[in-house]
Amino acid sequence: MLTKKRASIKPSEITPESVYRSRRRFMRTSLAAAAGAAVPAFGLPASWLAERGFTAGEEIGEEITPEADATQYNNFYEFGTEKSDPAQYAHAMTIDPWTVKVSGEVAKPGEIGLEDMLAGIDLEERIYRLRCVEAWSMVIPWIGFPVKKLLDKFEPTGNAKFVEFKTLLRPQEMRGQRSLFSSIDWPYVEGLRLDEAHHPLAIFAVGMYGKLLPNQNGAPIRLVVPWKYGFKSIKSIVEIRLTARQPRNTWNVLQPSEYGFYANVNPTVDHPRWSQASEKRFPLSLFKPRIETQMFNGYGEVASLYSGMNLRRNY
Amino acid sequence: MGLPLALLGVDVYRELQVPGSALGPDPADEIIRGLGSWAITMLLATLAVSPLSRLVHRPWLIRFRRMVGVWAFAYVVLHFVGYLGLLAGFQLASIADDVVKRPYITVGFAALLALIPLAVTSTRGWQRRLGRRWRTLHRLVYAIGIAAWIHVLWLSKGGFADPLVYGLALAFLFGERIVFAMRSKQRRAARASGQAQ
Repeated sequence: MLTKKRASIKPSEITPESVYRSRRRFMRTSLAAAAGAAVPAFGLPASWLAERGFTAGEEIGEEITPEADATQYNNFYEFGTEKSDPAQYAHAMTIDPWTVKVSGEVAKPGEIGLEDMLAGIDLEERIYRLRCVEAWSMVIPWIGFPVKKLLDKFEPTGNAKFVEFKTLLRPQEMRGQRSLFSSIDWPYVEGLRLDEAHHPLAIFAVGMYGKLLPNQNGAPIRLVVPWKYGFKSIKSIVEIRLTARQPRNTWNVLQPSEYGFYANVNPTVDHPRWSQASEKRFPLSLFKPRIETQMFNGYGEVASLYSGMNLRRNY
Repeated sequence: MGLPLALLGVDVYRELQVPGSALGPDPADEIIRGLGSWAITMLLATLAVSPLSRLVHRPWLIRFRRMVGVWAFAYVVLHFVGYLGLLAGFQLASIADDVVKRPYITVGFAALLALIPLAVTSTRGWQRRLGRRWRTLHRLVYAIGIAAWIHVLWLSKGGFADPLVYGLALAFLFGERIVFAMRSKQRRAARASGQAQ
Protein backbone atom coordinates (compact mmCIF):
# COMPACT_ATOMS: atom_id res chain seq x y z
CA MET A 1 0.00 0.00 0.00
CA LEU A 2 1.21 3.43 -0.86
CA THR A 3 1.11 5.95 1.88
CA LYS A 4 2.10 9.44 1.15
CA LYS A 5 4.83 10.41 3.48
CA ARG A 6 4.61 13.91 4.84
CA ALA A 7 7.62 16.11 4.38
CA SER A 8 9.63 15.46 7.49
CA ILE A 9 11.05 18.95 7.80
CA LYS A 10 8.74 21.85 8.33
CA PRO A 11 9.90 25.15 6.82
CA SER A 12 9.91 26.63 10.31
CA GLU A 13 12.52 24.09 11.39
CA ILE A 14 15.04 25.09 8.77
CA THR A 15 17.70 27.32 10.19
CA PRO A 16 17.46 30.73 8.57
CA GLU A 17 20.51 31.81 6.62
CA SER A 18 21.17 34.76 8.89
CA VAL A 19 21.31 32.47 11.92
CA TYR A 20 23.72 29.94 10.54
CA ARG A 21 25.85 32.69 9.18
CA SER A 22 26.06 34.31 12.57
CA ARG A 23 26.86 30.88 14.09
CA ARG A 24 29.72 30.50 11.70
CA ARG A 25 30.89 33.96 12.51
CA PHE A 26 30.67 33.14 16.19
CA MET A 27 32.63 29.92 15.79
CA ARG A 28 35.24 31.63 13.71
CA THR A 29 35.75 34.45 16.13
CA SER A 30 35.79 32.16 19.13
CA LEU A 31 38.23 29.80 17.46
CA ALA A 32 40.42 32.71 16.51
CA ALA A 33 40.18 34.10 20.02
CA ALA A 34 41.06 30.67 21.43
CA ALA A 35 44.07 30.47 19.16
CA GLY A 36 45.02 33.97 20.16
CA ALA A 37 45.03 35.03 16.54
CA ALA A 38 43.33 37.94 14.83
CA VAL A 39 39.95 37.30 13.21
CA PRO A 40 40.59 35.83 9.77
CA ALA A 41 38.91 37.15 6.65
CA PHE A 42 37.25 34.79 4.14
CA GLY A 43 38.51 31.77 5.98
CA LEU A 44 42.08 32.78 5.47
CA PRO A 45 44.03 33.69 8.58
CA ALA A 46 45.37 37.22 8.73
CA SER A 47 48.86 35.78 8.42
CA TRP A 48 47.89 34.13 5.12
CA LEU A 49 48.87 37.12 3.04
CA ALA A 50 52.23 37.44 4.74
CA GLU A 51 52.98 33.74 4.29
CA ARG A 52 51.88 33.77 0.71
CA GLY A 53 53.81 36.92 -0.03
CA PHE A 54 53.51 39.57 -2.68
CA THR A 55 55.92 41.69 -4.63
CA ALA A 56 56.30 45.16 -3.16
CA GLY A 57 54.76 48.01 -5.11
CA GLU A 58 56.69 50.69 -6.93
CA GLU A 59 56.71 54.07 -5.18
CA ILE A 60 55.04 56.80 -7.23
CA GLY A 61 56.61 59.80 -5.53
CA GLU A 62 53.34 60.87 -3.93
CA GLU A 63 52.40 60.61 -0.29
CA ILE A 64 50.43 57.46 0.51
CA THR A 65 47.08 58.26 2.09
CA PRO A 66 46.92 57.17 5.73
CA GLU A 67 45.25 53.79 6.15
CA ALA A 68 42.81 55.35 8.64
CA ASP A 69 41.47 57.68 5.92
CA ALA A 70 41.22 54.96 3.28
CA THR A 71 39.32 52.68 5.64
CA GLN A 72 37.06 55.28 7.27
CA TYR A 73 36.07 57.55 4.41
CA ASN A 74 34.27 55.33 1.93
CA ASN A 75 31.53 55.31 -0.64
CA PHE A 76 29.87 51.91 -0.36
CA TYR A 77 26.17 52.76 -0.57
CA GLU A 78 25.23 49.17 0.29
CA PHE A 79 25.97 50.24 3.87
CA GLY A 80 24.62 53.80 3.77
CA THR A 81 25.26 57.08 2.00
CA GLU A 82 27.43 58.73 4.67
CA LYS A 83 31.19 58.39 4.23
CA SER A 84 31.44 56.94 7.73
CA ASP A 85 28.65 54.36 7.24
CA PRO A 86 30.72 51.60 5.57
CA ALA A 87 33.33 51.56 8.35
CA GLN A 88 30.53 51.44 10.89
CA TYR A 89 28.25 48.84 9.33
CA ALA A 90 30.20 46.71 6.84
CA HIS A 91 31.30 44.24 9.52
CA ALA A 92 27.80 42.74 9.23
CA MET A 93 28.69 41.35 5.79
CA THR A 94 29.68 37.67 5.83
CA ILE A 95 32.56 37.04 3.45
CA ASP A 96 33.07 33.39 4.26
CA PRO A 97 32.14 31.37 2.29
CA TRP A 98 32.61 33.42 -0.87
CA THR A 99 32.43 32.35 -4.47
CA VAL A 100 32.47 34.22 -7.75
CA LYS A 101 30.32 33.01 -10.61
CA VAL A 102 31.68 33.50 -14.12
CA SER A 103 29.28 33.13 -17.03
CA GLY A 104 28.35 34.43 -20.46
CA GLU A 105 30.70 34.38 -23.42
CA VAL A 106 33.25 32.00 -21.94
CA ALA A 107 34.27 28.49 -22.94
CA LYS A 108 34.39 27.29 -19.33
CA PRO A 109 31.70 28.94 -17.23
CA GLY A 110 31.65 28.12 -13.55
CA GLU A 111 31.76 29.18 -9.98
CA ILE A 112 35.07 29.56 -8.22
CA GLY A 113 36.00 29.83 -4.57
CA LEU A 114 38.52 32.42 -3.56
CA GLU A 115 41.36 30.07 -2.74
CA ASP A 116 40.97 28.28 -6.07
CA MET A 117 40.84 31.60 -7.78
CA LEU A 118 44.12 32.70 -6.24
CA ALA A 119 45.87 29.37 -6.90
CA GLY A 120 48.76 29.85 -9.27
CA ILE A 121 48.35 33.62 -9.34
CA ASP A 122 51.16 35.83 -8.09
CA LEU A 123 50.01 38.66 -5.89
CA GLU A 124 51.56 42.04 -6.37
CA GLU A 125 51.30 45.37 -4.63
CA ARG A 126 50.21 48.31 -6.79
CA ILE A 127 50.40 51.86 -5.47
CA TYR A 128 47.63 53.68 -7.33
CA ARG A 129 45.92 57.03 -7.25
CA LEU A 130 42.18 56.63 -6.67
CA ARG A 131 40.13 59.55 -8.01
CA CYS A 132 36.49 59.69 -6.95
CA VAL A 133 33.92 61.34 -9.23
CA GLU A 134 33.16 63.57 -6.23
CA ALA A 135 36.53 65.29 -6.74
CA TRP A 136 38.53 63.76 -3.91
CA SER A 137 41.44 61.37 -4.24
CA MET A 138 43.72 59.05 -2.33
CA VAL A 139 46.93 57.10 -2.95
CA ILE A 140 46.41 53.48 -1.92
CA PRO A 141 48.76 50.47 -1.92
CA TRP A 142 46.52 47.67 -3.22
CA ILE A 143 47.43 43.99 -3.30
CA GLY A 144 46.01 42.03 -6.18
CA PHE A 145 46.53 40.68 -9.66
CA PRO A 146 45.64 41.66 -13.24
CA VAL A 147 41.99 41.14 -14.20
CA LYS A 148 43.12 39.29 -17.33
CA LYS A 149 44.68 36.50 -15.29
CA LEU A 150 41.34 35.53 -13.80
CA LEU A 151 39.32 35.98 -16.99
CA ASP A 152 41.74 33.76 -18.88
CA LYS A 153 40.98 30.86 -16.55
CA PHE A 154 37.44 30.85 -17.98
CA GLU A 155 38.53 31.31 -21.61
CA PRO A 156 36.49 34.20 -23.05
CA THR A 157 35.10 33.40 -26.52
CA GLY A 158 35.48 35.54 -29.62
CA ASN A 159 32.04 37.06 -28.95
CA ALA A 160 33.10 38.53 -25.63
CA LYS A 161 33.41 42.30 -25.99
CA PHE A 162 32.49 43.50 -22.50
CA VAL A 163 32.70 42.35 -18.90
CA GLU A 164 29.93 42.87 -16.39
CA PHE A 165 30.56 42.73 -12.63
CA LYS A 166 28.01 42.38 -9.87
CA THR A 167 28.26 43.14 -6.13
CA LEU A 168 26.79 40.94 -3.44
CA LEU A 169 23.05 41.39 -2.88
CA ARG A 170 22.21 40.56 0.72
CA PRO A 171 19.86 43.12 2.30
CA GLN A 172 19.85 41.35 5.65
CA GLU A 173 23.54 42.15 6.03
CA MET A 174 23.73 45.32 3.97
CA ARG A 175 21.62 47.99 5.57
CA GLY A 176 21.86 50.38 2.61
CA GLN A 177 20.13 47.76 0.46
CA ARG A 178 17.28 47.72 2.98
CA SER A 179 17.04 51.49 3.17
CA LEU A 180 13.74 53.04 2.11
CA PHE A 181 15.55 56.21 1.14
CA SER A 182 17.82 54.72 -1.48
CA SER A 183 17.10 55.32 -5.15
CA ILE A 184 19.53 52.63 -6.28
CA ASP A 185 18.30 49.44 -7.94
CA TRP A 186 20.37 46.77 -6.18
CA PRO A 187 22.60 44.87 -6.74
CA TYR A 188 25.30 47.29 -7.85
CA VAL A 189 26.57 46.50 -11.33
CA GLU A 190 29.51 47.81 -13.30
CA GLY A 191 31.16 47.04 -16.60
CA LEU A 192 34.24 47.47 -18.72
CA ARG A 193 35.06 46.93 -22.34
CA LEU A 194 37.06 43.69 -22.60
CA ASP A 195 40.15 45.51 -23.86
CA GLU A 196 39.94 47.86 -20.86
CA ALA A 197 39.66 44.88 -18.53
CA HIS A 198 42.65 43.31 -20.24
CA HIS A 199 44.83 46.38 -19.69
CA PRO A 200 47.67 45.48 -17.31
CA LEU A 201 46.75 48.38 -15.00
CA ALA A 202 43.29 46.92 -14.29
CA ILE A 203 43.47 44.64 -11.26
CA PHE A 204 41.37 42.66 -8.84
CA ALA A 205 42.42 43.60 -5.32
CA VAL A 206 42.20 41.28 -2.33
CA GLY A 207 44.25 43.42 0.02
CA MET A 208 45.52 46.90 0.84
CA TYR A 209 48.18 48.32 3.16
CA GLY A 210 49.79 44.87 3.43
CA LYS A 211 46.61 43.25 4.77
CA LEU A 212 43.50 41.57 3.45
CA LEU A 213 40.79 44.03 2.37
CA PRO A 214 38.57 45.34 5.17
CA ASN A 215 34.87 44.80 4.45
CA GLN A 216 34.23 48.51 3.92
CA ASN A 217 36.78 48.57 1.11
CA GLY A 218 35.09 45.76 -0.81
CA ALA A 219 36.26 42.51 0.77
CA PRO A 220 37.02 39.91 -0.21
CA ILE A 221 37.59 40.88 -3.83
CA ARG A 222 37.11 44.12 -5.74
CA LEU A 223 38.02 45.77 -8.99
CA VAL A 224 40.57 48.60 -9.19
CA VAL A 225 40.71 50.58 -12.44
CA PRO A 226 42.94 53.54 -11.59
CA TRP A 227 42.32 55.69 -14.68
CA LYS A 228 38.57 55.77 -14.12
CA TYR A 229 36.44 57.41 -11.45
CA GLY A 230 36.18 55.32 -8.32
CA PHE A 231 32.61 54.17 -8.85
CA LYS A 232 33.84 51.94 -11.71
CA SER A 233 35.97 49.98 -9.22
CA ILE A 234 33.15 47.77 -8.01
CA LYS A 235 33.42 46.15 -4.58
CA SER A 236 32.65 42.71 -3.08
CA ILE A 237 32.20 40.99 -6.45
CA VAL A 238 30.08 37.82 -6.68
CA GLU A 239 29.43 37.61 -10.40
CA ILE A 240 31.34 38.23 -13.60
CA ARG A 241 29.67 37.92 -16.98
CA LEU A 242 31.30 38.28 -20.37
CA THR A 243 28.96 39.78 -22.92
CA ALA A 244 28.75 40.83 -26.52
CA ARG A 245 26.80 43.99 -25.67
CA GLN A 246 27.66 46.89 -23.39
CA PRO A 247 26.37 46.13 -19.89
CA ARG A 248 24.50 48.59 -17.71
CA ASN A 249 26.27 50.29 -14.84
CA THR A 250 24.42 51.39 -11.72
CA TRP A 251 25.24 55.12 -11.60
CA ASN A 252 24.61 55.53 -15.30
CA VAL A 253 21.17 53.95 -14.92
CA LEU A 254 20.41 56.21 -11.96
CA GLN A 255 21.64 59.50 -13.39
CA PRO A 256 22.68 59.16 -17.07
CA SER A 257 23.41 62.87 -17.52
CA GLU A 258 25.96 62.79 -14.70
CA TYR A 259 27.63 59.37 -14.89
CA GLY A 260 28.62 57.65 -18.10
CA PHE A 261 29.72 54.14 -18.94
CA TYR A 262 33.35 55.10 -19.53
CA ALA A 263 33.87 57.45 -16.57
CA ASN A 264 37.51 58.07 -17.46
CA VAL A 265 39.09 60.68 -15.21
CA ASN A 266 39.04 63.82 -17.35
CA PRO A 267 39.73 67.32 -15.99
CA THR A 268 38.24 68.97 -19.09
CA VAL A 269 34.80 67.40 -18.80
CA ASP A 270 32.95 68.72 -15.75
CA HIS A 271 30.33 66.85 -13.80
CA PRO A 272 27.10 68.85 -14.27
CA ARG A 273 27.14 69.79 -10.60
CA TRP A 274 30.85 70.41 -9.97
CA SER A 275 34.17 70.95 -11.67
CA GLN A 276 36.49 68.01 -12.35
CA ALA A 277 39.51 70.25 -13.00
CA SER A 278 40.90 69.79 -9.49
CA GLU A 279 40.64 67.42 -6.55
CA LYS A 280 41.29 67.28 -2.83
CA ARG A 281 43.89 64.71 -1.90
CA PHE A 282 43.79 62.76 1.37
CA PRO A 283 45.15 63.27 3.99
CA LEU A 284 43.19 66.51 4.21
CA SER A 285 43.57 69.35 6.63
CA LEU A 286 41.53 72.49 7.09
CA PHE A 287 43.38 74.68 4.64
CA LYS A 288 45.04 72.19 2.31
CA PRO A 289 45.01 73.49 -1.27
CA ARG A 290 43.45 71.39 -4.01
CA ILE A 291 45.61 69.77 -6.67
CA GLU A 292 45.05 69.66 -10.40
CA THR A 293 43.39 66.57 -11.80
CA GLN A 294 45.33 64.78 -14.53
CA MET A 295 43.93 63.25 -17.71
CA PHE A 296 43.26 59.53 -17.13
CA ASN A 297 44.26 60.24 -13.52
CA GLY A 298 47.86 60.41 -14.70
CA TYR A 299 47.80 57.00 -16.42
CA GLY A 300 48.40 58.29 -19.94
CA GLU A 301 49.39 54.80 -21.14
CA VAL A 302 45.71 53.89 -21.47
CA ALA A 303 45.05 56.67 -24.00
CA SER A 304 45.43 54.30 -26.95
CA LEU A 305 42.32 52.43 -25.76
CA TYR A 306 40.30 55.51 -26.68
CA SER A 307 41.98 56.78 -29.83
CA GLY A 308 39.47 58.32 -32.19
CA MET A 309 36.78 58.46 -29.52
CA ASN A 310 35.00 61.63 -28.48
CA LEU A 311 35.67 61.63 -24.74
CA ARG A 312 33.34 64.54 -24.15
CA ARG A 313 30.43 62.56 -25.48
CA ASN A 314 31.63 59.25 -24.02
CA TYR A 315 32.08 60.60 -20.49
CA MET B 1 20.54 78.50 19.38
CA GLY B 2 24.18 79.33 19.39
CA LEU B 3 24.98 75.98 21.01
CA PRO B 4 25.67 74.04 17.79
CA LEU B 5 27.92 76.87 16.71
CA ALA B 6 29.77 76.83 20.02
CA LEU B 7 30.26 73.06 19.79
CA LEU B 8 31.52 73.39 16.24
CA GLY B 9 33.84 76.15 17.41
CA VAL B 10 35.31 73.81 20.02
CA ASP B 11 35.84 71.14 17.36
CA VAL B 12 37.52 73.62 15.04
CA TYR B 13 39.80 74.75 17.84
CA ARG B 14 40.74 71.13 18.65
CA GLU B 15 41.26 70.41 14.96
CA LEU B 16 43.61 73.38 14.63
CA GLN B 17 45.57 72.24 17.70
CA VAL B 18 45.81 68.60 16.61
CA PRO B 19 44.90 68.07 12.94
CA GLY B 20 42.66 65.04 12.43
CA SER B 21 41.49 65.00 16.04
CA ALA B 22 38.00 66.44 15.93
CA LEU B 23 36.45 66.76 12.50
CA GLY B 24 37.05 63.44 10.75
CA PRO B 25 38.92 62.73 7.53
CA ASP B 26 37.49 65.75 5.68
CA PRO B 27 37.33 68.63 8.19
CA ALA B 28 36.40 71.35 5.69
CA ASP B 29 33.43 69.38 4.41
CA GLU B 30 32.39 68.56 7.96
CA ILE B 31 32.29 72.26 8.87
CA ILE B 32 30.48 73.41 5.74
CA ARG B 33 27.90 70.64 5.85
CA GLY B 34 27.38 71.09 9.59
CA LEU B 35 26.74 74.81 9.18
CA GLY B 36 24.50 74.14 6.19
CA SER B 37 22.27 71.69 7.98
CA TRP B 38 21.95 74.03 10.96
CA ALA B 39 21.14 76.88 8.58
CA ILE B 40 18.18 75.05 7.05
CA THR B 41 17.09 73.74 10.45
CA MET B 42 17.01 77.29 11.87
CA LEU B 43 15.20 78.51 8.76
CA LEU B 44 12.53 75.85 9.29
CA ALA B 45 12.43 76.76 12.99
CA THR B 46 11.76 80.39 12.01
CA LEU B 47 8.92 79.26 9.79
CA ALA B 48 7.59 77.12 12.64
CA VAL B 49 7.22 79.93 15.18
CA SER B 50 3.86 81.33 14.07
CA PRO B 51 2.20 77.90 13.46
CA LEU B 52 3.44 76.83 16.89
CA SER B 53 2.06 79.93 18.58
CA ARG B 54 -1.34 79.22 17.01
CA LEU B 55 -1.21 75.55 17.85
CA VAL B 56 -0.55 76.12 21.56
CA HIS B 57 -2.53 79.41 21.73
CA ARG B 58 0.45 81.41 22.95
CA PRO B 59 0.57 84.52 20.74
CA TRP B 60 3.52 85.95 22.69
CA LEU B 61 5.77 83.27 21.12
CA ILE B 62 5.85 85.46 18.01
CA ARG B 63 8.27 87.72 19.88
CA PHE B 64 10.96 85.06 19.48
CA ARG B 65 10.55 84.85 15.72
CA ARG B 66 13.01 87.62 14.99
CA MET B 67 15.71 86.04 17.14
CA VAL B 68 15.33 82.61 15.48
CA GLY B 69 15.35 84.23 12.06
CA VAL B 70 18.49 86.20 12.74
CA TRP B 71 20.20 83.02 13.94
CA ALA B 72 19.15 81.31 10.73
CA PHE B 73 20.70 84.18 8.79
CA ALA B 74 23.90 83.87 10.82
CA TYR B 75 24.21 80.15 10.03
CA VAL B 76 23.55 80.78 6.34
CA VAL B 77 26.25 83.45 6.24
CA LEU B 78 28.74 81.22 8.08
CA HIS B 79 27.88 78.33 5.75
CA PHE B 80 28.63 80.61 2.80
CA VAL B 81 31.84 81.95 4.31
CA GLY B 82 32.90 78.37 5.01
CA TYR B 83 32.31 77.51 1.37
CA LEU B 84 34.20 80.63 0.23
CA GLY B 85 37.22 79.98 2.39
CA LEU B 86 37.48 76.22 2.76
CA LEU B 87 36.05 74.95 -0.53
CA ALA B 88 36.69 77.73 -3.00
CA GLY B 89 39.84 79.02 -1.29
CA PHE B 90 38.61 82.64 -1.74
CA GLN B 91 39.32 82.36 -5.48
CA LEU B 92 36.92 84.79 -7.09
CA ALA B 93 37.04 83.20 -10.52
CA SER B 94 36.09 79.76 -9.28
CA ILE B 95 33.36 81.21 -7.03
CA ALA B 96 31.84 83.17 -9.90
CA ASP B 97 32.07 80.05 -12.06
CA ASP B 98 30.29 78.00 -9.40
CA VAL B 99 27.51 80.52 -8.90
CA VAL B 100 26.82 80.70 -12.63
CA LYS B 101 27.34 77.07 -13.61
CA ARG B 102 26.24 74.98 -10.65
CA PRO B 103 22.49 75.24 -10.15
CA TYR B 104 22.57 74.11 -6.51
CA ILE B 105 25.05 76.89 -5.72
CA THR B 106 23.03 79.41 -7.76
CA VAL B 107 19.87 78.66 -5.82
CA GLY B 108 21.69 78.64 -2.48
CA PHE B 109 23.36 81.94 -3.28
CA ALA B 110 20.00 83.45 -4.30
CA ALA B 111 18.53 82.37 -0.96
CA LEU B 112 21.41 84.07 0.86
CA LEU B 113 20.93 87.31 -1.08
CA ALA B 114 17.19 87.28 -0.45
CA LEU B 115 17.79 86.85 3.28
CA ILE B 116 19.85 90.04 3.53
CA PRO B 117 16.93 92.55 3.26
CA LEU B 118 14.93 90.43 5.70
CA ALA B 119 17.73 90.45 8.26
CA VAL B 120 18.26 94.20 7.81
CA THR B 121 14.56 95.05 8.19
CA SER B 122 13.97 92.65 11.05
CA THR B 123 14.21 95.35 13.72
CA ARG B 124 11.17 96.98 15.30
CA GLY B 125 12.19 100.34 13.85
CA TRP B 126 12.11 99.02 10.29
CA GLN B 127 8.88 97.21 11.01
CA ARG B 128 7.28 100.50 12.00
CA ARG B 129 8.80 102.39 9.10
CA LEU B 130 7.59 99.88 6.48
CA GLY B 131 4.14 99.39 7.94
CA ARG B 132 2.00 97.07 5.79
CA ARG B 133 4.81 96.62 3.29
CA TRP B 134 6.90 94.90 5.97
CA ARG B 135 4.62 91.86 5.91
CA THR B 136 4.70 91.73 2.12
CA LEU B 137 8.49 91.93 2.09
CA HIS B 138 8.91 89.26 4.73
CA ARG B 139 6.77 86.82 2.76
CA LEU B 140 10.00 86.39 0.80
CA VAL B 141 10.94 83.88 3.48
CA TYR B 142 8.63 81.31 1.86
CA ALA B 143 10.56 81.52 -1.40
CA ILE B 144 13.80 81.28 0.60
CA GLY B 145 12.56 78.13 2.31
CA ILE B 146 11.80 76.55 -1.05
CA ALA B 147 15.18 77.65 -2.45
CA ALA B 148 16.99 76.10 0.54
CA TRP B 149 15.10 72.87 0.02
CA ILE B 150 15.99 72.78 -3.70
CA HIS B 151 19.63 73.41 -2.72
CA VAL B 152 19.57 70.27 -0.56
CA LEU B 153 17.65 68.29 -3.17
CA TRP B 154 20.15 69.10 -5.93
CA LEU B 155 23.06 68.25 -3.67
CA SER B 156 21.83 64.79 -2.81
CA LYS B 157 23.35 61.73 -4.43
CA GLY B 158 21.81 58.27 -4.42
CA GLY B 159 19.65 58.77 -1.32
CA PHE B 160 16.80 61.12 -0.58
CA ALA B 161 16.44 61.04 3.22
CA ASP B 162 17.55 64.68 3.78
CA PRO B 163 15.43 66.33 1.07
CA LEU B 164 12.49 64.18 2.15
CA VAL B 165 12.68 65.20 5.81
CA TYR B 166 13.16 68.90 5.03
CA GLY B 167 10.51 68.76 2.32
CA LEU B 168 7.92 67.22 4.64
CA ALA B 169 8.67 69.80 7.32
CA LEU B 170 8.32 72.60 4.78
CA ALA B 171 5.08 71.14 3.38
CA PHE B 172 3.65 70.87 6.88
CA LEU B 173 4.55 74.47 7.76
CA PHE B 174 3.11 75.77 4.49
CA GLY B 175 0.02 73.58 4.81
CA GLU B 176 -0.75 74.89 8.29
CA ARG B 177 -0.64 78.45 6.95
CA ILE B 178 -3.00 77.65 4.12
CA VAL B 179 -5.47 75.97 6.45
CA PHE B 180 -5.21 78.87 8.90
CA ALA B 181 -5.77 81.44 6.15
CA MET B 182 -8.81 79.57 4.84
CA ARG B 183 -10.32 79.27 8.30
CA SER B 184 -9.88 82.92 9.15
CA LYS B 185 -11.44 83.85 5.83
CA GLN B 186 -14.46 81.68 6.67
CA ARG B 187 -14.65 83.22 10.10
CA ARG B 188 -14.56 86.72 8.66
CA ALA B 189 -17.25 85.80 6.18
CA ALA B 190 -19.41 84.32 8.93
CA ARG B 191 -18.95 87.41 11.06
CA ALA B 192 -19.79 89.67 8.14
CA SER B 193 -23.00 87.77 7.39
CA GLY B 194 -23.85 87.75 11.10
CA GLN B 195 -23.59 91.52 11.20
CA ALA B 196 -25.73 91.86 8.10
CA GLN B 197 -28.66 90.07 9.69
